Amino acid sequence: MPTFVMTEKCDGCKGQDKTACMYICPHDLMKLDLSMSKALNQEPDNCWECYSCVKICPQQAIEARAYADIVPLGGQVIPMRSSDSIMWTIKFRSGETKRFKFPIRTTAEGSIDPYGGLPEPGSIDDECFFTEAGESLPATY
Amino acid sequence: MADEAVSVHDLCESHFCKNPVIEELETDFLIVGGGMAACGAAYEAKRWAGDDVRILLCDKAALDRSGAVAQGLSAINTYLGEQSPSDYVRMVANDLMGIVRDDLIYDVGRHVDDSVKLFEEWGLPVWKQPGDEGKSLRDGGQPVRSGKWQIMINGESYKPIVAEAAKKALGMDNIIERCFIVKLLLDEAEDNRIAGAVGFSVRENKIYIIRANAIMIACGGAVNIFRPRSTGEGMGRAWYPVWNAGSTYAMATQVGAELTMMENRFVPARFKDGYGPVGAWFLLFKSKALNAYGENYMVKNAEMLKDYPPYGLSAVPATCLRNHLMMHEMRNGFGPIYMDTPTALAELSKTMDEKQIKHLEAEAWEDFLDMCIGQAGLWAGMNIKPEESPSELMPTEPYLLGSHSGCCGIWTGGPADLAPEEWQVKDNGVTYNRMTTVMGLFTAGDGVGASGHKFSSGSHAEGRMAGKNAVKWCKNHADFKPTITVDKEQLAAEIYLPFKNYEDHKDFTTDPYINPHYIRPRMLMFRLNKIMDEYVGGVATWYITSAKMMERGLELLTMLKEDSMKMGAKDLHDLLRCWENYHRIWTAEAHLRHIYHRQETRYPGFFYRADFPQLDEQNWKVFVNSRFDPKTGDWQCFNREHKDLVSKG
Ligand SMILES: Cc1cc2nc3c(=O)[nH]c(=O)nc-3n(C[C@H](O)[C@H](O)[C@H](O)COP(=O)(O)OP(=O)(O)OC[C@H]3O[C@@H](n4cnc5c(N)ncnc54)[C@H](O)[C@@H]3O)c2cc1C
Ligand code: SF4
Ligand code: SF4
Repeated sequence: MPTFVMTEKCDGCKGQDKTACMYICPHDLMKLDLSMSKALNQEPDNCWECYSCVKICPQQAIEARAYADIVPLGGQVIPMRSSDSIMWTIKFRSGETKRFKFPIRTTAEGSIDPYGGLPEPGSIDDECFFTEAGESLPATY
Repeated sequence: MADEAVSVHDLCESHFCKNPVIEELETDFLIVGGGMAACGAAYEAKRWAGDDVRILLCDKAALDRSGAVAQGLSAINTYLGEQSPSDYVRMVANDLMGIVRDDLIYDVGRHVDDSVKLFEEWGLPVWKQPGDEGKSLRDGGQPVRSGKWQIMINGESYKPIVAEAAKKALGMDNIIERCFIVKLLLDEAEDNRIAGAVGFSVRENKIYIIRANAIMIACGGAVNIFRPRSTGEGMGRAWYPVWNAGSTYAMATQVGAELTMMENRFVPARFKDGYGPVGAWFLLFKSKALNAYGENYMVKNAEMLKDYPPYGLSAVPATCLRNHLMMHEMRNGFGPIYMDTPTALAELSKTMDEKQIKHLEAEAWEDFLDMCIGQAGLWAGMNIKPEESPSELMPTEPYLLGSHSGCCGIWTGGPADLAPEEWQVKDNGVTYNRMTTVMGLFTAGDGVGASGHKFSSGSHAEGRMAGKNAVKWCKNHADFKPTITVDKEQLAAEIYLPFKNYEDHKDFTTDPYINPHYIRPRMLMFRLNKIMDEYVGGVATWYITSAKMMERGLELLTMLKEDSMKMGAKDLHDLLRCWENYHRIWTAEAHLRHIYHRQETRYPGFFYRADFPQLDEQNWKVFVNSRFDPKTGDWQCFNREHKDLVSKG
C-alpha cells in the first residue's frame, strides 16, 4: 500500500487549517479525494514508509501495511508521537507484540531562538561561521 | 488545507492550466531545496545578510520532513570531537579510493562539530557516556560513539528541529513550500553568470519566475536512476529517499556548471529488501556478516584486497571493496549473506543484567525505527527477532550522491586558506567557497562532488559555508540587475508542456493512459531504469558494463531524452513526476558519460568496466570532470589533476 487511510477515522481534516497528511508528505502522495472528503495515498508504490503522514494525522486514521511484494502479511508497526517522545508498537505476524518508547526532543516544540545568546558575526571575508567569530581555524594539513 | 485540495482538483481533472498565474519574484539569494544543506544555508546566511540581502527558499515539499532526514536518523555520522580534520580526510580519501578533494573535506571537518552542538542546543537528544548525562557537547559532554566518527542520537525529530531553526531564522514569509524548481536561468548580459530560476507550485495553478543575484542549489542526490531490485509496491522502499531525483546535478549541468566524479556511485550493502542500516550493527553491536556456511567472507577473501593497495590494506578497507568481496561470495554460490545478529547480541548480553539486555534490544529496534521504519515492518512480518534469527544482507541498486558514502557531484571552489590556487573559484580576485564554475551559483551537501562522508551534520555545515559565501557574493555585487528577457508566457508554456501534451490528445483513446501521442511520467522512469540497469551496470548485470554497452545505452538514452518532450501530465502531481524524471535522465547521462571516460575499474563492488577490469593508479588517479555547453549542446569529459594535500602514508 504502504500507507492506507481508514475510511471511518479520516474526517478530511475539516476542523484543521490544513490537510495534515497532504501538507507533510515529502513525496506528494497523500491526496484529498473530494467526492469522499477523505484522504488516500495516490501512488502507493512510491511510498518510502517514512511515516511522516502516520505521525501527523490528528485522527490516527493512517497506518502502513508493509510492502506486499516483499513482506508476509500480518506484521505491523504503529507509532504514537507526543511532543517529547514516541511510542512504537510492533506487532509480529505471529501475533506477538513489543513496545518501545524513545525520547525525541529535549526542548518544547517552537521554542528555538535561533540566534539568541550567540555572538554577532565577525568578518564576512574570513572562513569562520558567525558562531566562530574571532576564532582561528585550523588550516594546516 | 481544504482550498488547497480544491484548487488541485479543479485544475487537474476538469480543465487545466492554459493560463497559470505567473508570479515574478525578485530576491538576492535564492536557496533551492529545504534539506540539511538548505537549512544550514538559511540559518547562516540570514545572520550575515542583515537587512540588506534578501533571501528566499523554495522546497518542493514541507521543510519539517523534506529530504533524506524525513524519518529521522539514529546516528550523526560526522562528529570529530578530539580528532583532527587531517585524520578525517585520510579516512574519507581511503574509503573513496583516493580521488577526493582534501581541501573541501578538511573544511567540513573543522566546522562540522559546531552544527552538531547547535542541534543539541535546539533540542536534539544526543546519547552521552555514563557520568556525562546532562552535560552538553559544548560543555565537554562525551557522546556515545558507535564508530570512530559517529555518535548516537534519539533522532526521530532531527529534521523538524533543524527545520524549526531555519524557518525561524528566515521567517515563513521568505519560504515557499511545495515549489518545484525546474530549471536555472543564466544572465543574458553577462556570460556564465546565474540570474534566476523557474519553478511551479505543486498545489495551485502557478508558475514562479525568480530573479536572483546568487543561488544555492541543494536538492539532494539521485534515486531511481537504475531499476530498483523491488519493482512492485516495494519500489518505494529505496535506500536513499525516493523523492530526491537528481535535480541538483541536472539543473547545474544544464547551465554549464562543471561536474566532477559523476562516475562515482554508491551501492550500499544493507539488510535485504527493507534496506535497514547496518552501521550500528557492525560498529556498536560488533556483529559479523557471514556467508551461508557461516564463514566470514572478509577473512576468507582477504587475499583479494591485496589487488587494491593502499585502499584494500587499511584497517577498514574501502566500502566498495567490502562489497566486492561480498559479491564474490554471492556469485560463487555462497549466498545468502547474513548479518549474524544472534551471536553479537548473545556476546554483548553475557556481561549484562536483565534490564541492560532489555535496553540493548530497544537500541537494536530504535536503530530502524529512527531512520528506516520499513525494515522494522519487514522484521515484524517475517517474525524476525534479532536475538533469535540472523538477517539477510544484499547490495542494493546504485545511487548517486555526494554527501553519504559517495562523491559524485558538482566541482566547486574551496576555501582561500586551504585550497590550492587551481581549486579556488574567484571573481574579481575574491575567492568564493563552494561556488561552482558558474558565477553566483553555489551548492552543498549532496551537490558538492569529490568530498563524500559529510552526512547530515557535514551537509548542514557545508550549507552554512555556501550560505555565508553567497551573502558575500551578494554584497560584493550589490549593483547587479539580472537580465532575463525571455518571454514569461514562453517559460510558463515550457513548464506546462506536459499538460498540453496530455490535454491535446487524451480524448483520442478511450483509455487516456495508453496513448501514442505522449508518454506518462511513470513509463518515462521505467524506460530510464531499464536502460541504466541493463547497459550501465545495474543489478541486472551484477554491476558490469563496458564501452560498447554504454555506447548502445547512450543511443537509447538519447531517444528517451527526445521523447521527454512528449511527457504527458494529467494533474500537478503528474507534472511533478514529469520534471523529476526529466532531471533523472540528465543525471543518468552524466553518470554514463563519466564512467565511459574513466578507462579503469576504480570502484570494484560499485561497478566494473569489463573492458578495463583493473584499478589503474598510474593513469587514472585523476578527477574526471565534464561540462555541458549550454550554447552548443556539446558535452565534454576531461581529466583534472589530483593532488594529495594531506599525507596519506
Ligand atoms: C537511509 C539513509 C540513512 C542515512 N543515515 C545517516 C546517518 O546515520 N547519519 C548521518 O549523519 N547521515 C545519514 N544520512 C545522510 C543524510 O541524510 C544526508 O547526507 C543529508 O540529508 C544530505 O543533505 P542535502 O541537503 O544534500 O539533501 P536532503 O537533506 O535530501 O535535501 C534535499 C532537499 O531538496 C528538496 N528538493 C529536491 N528537488 C527539488 C527541486 N527540484 N526543487 C525544490 N526542492 C527540491 C527536497 O524536498 C529536500 O528538501 C542518511 C541518509 C539516508 C537516506
Ligand atoms: S491527516 Fe488524517 S484525518 Fe486529515 S485528511 Fe489525512 S488521513 Fe484524513
Ligand atoms: S509514509 Fe511518507 S512517503 Fe508514504 S505517504 Fe506517508 S508521508 Fe508520504
